[in-house]
Amino acid sequence: MNLASETRNDVVIIYVKEERLDAHNSTELKSAVQKLFEDGKKNVLVDLKDVRFIDSSGLGALVSGFKNAISHQGNLKLSSLQSQVKSMFELTRLHRVFEIFPSTVEAVENFQS
Amino acid sequence: MGNTIEVDIKVPNKTRYLSLIGKIGEDIARELERYSGDKEVLAYHLNLVLTEAMVNAIKHAGPKEPEKLVRIVITLHHDDLTIRVYDDGQGFDINTIPAPNFEELEDRGRGIFLIRTLMDSVAYRKNCKENMLEMKKKLS
Repeated sequence: MNLASETRNDVVIIYVKEERLDAHNSTELKSAVQKLFEDGKKNVLVDLKDVRFIDSSGLGALVSGFKNAISHQGNLKLSSLQSQVKSMFELTRLHRVFEIFPSTVEAVENFQS
Repeated sequence: MGNTIEVDIKVPNKTRYLSLIGKIGEDIARELERYSGDKEVLAYHLNLVLTEAMVNAIKHAGPKEPEKLVRIVITLHHDDLTIRVYDDGQGFDINTIPAPNFEELEDRGRGIFLIRTLMDSVAYRKNCKENMLEMKKKLS
């Protein structure tokens, strides 16, 4: 799976550079997020700008990351969801769970506040 | 488009083929001439139900054998779409799968919920030879 990352103001941003986040590749995202929290990072932002399609496994990987954040007293937020991807969060009520921002800039600002 | 199209495809039961199968669903949605709804939304939904159904077939397959195949038959007759996903594994009864508990944050258990939400009807049949998940939707 193609993931890129950068750190901005103490927030680790993971860019999912894939068109699909599904049962084929979501385990890698899950592991990458898990490792960040285990390594002591507190603020993780997953940016889904390039993701055109997400399935239940992709959603599950993000839920797993969210729970990992809680158990490590950290935060996991999301940014740049395409409209159809966002509608999957709404269908599964996960939009009530995650903090979702239109861009990485707005999300990083929110981590600081 | 003519009255009936049928796509009958077999792929190895590996997740790397999810994208291929999903894209067939998207292409069918975009080819519908008389569909009155949003074709891009329908394309996503067909991609999703095909992906979820195939993942279920892979997950519930029997002993690991690289030669196992998943067979998918997509039939469009007038406005009636039927998707059948066959596997020769141990199978699972979707009727025993509860709806997700939205208050509990589970990693899993949303696949069948999504299929049930997006399709008009879902049935599961099992015989001694194979299992079949049948999903229907009226496209008008």
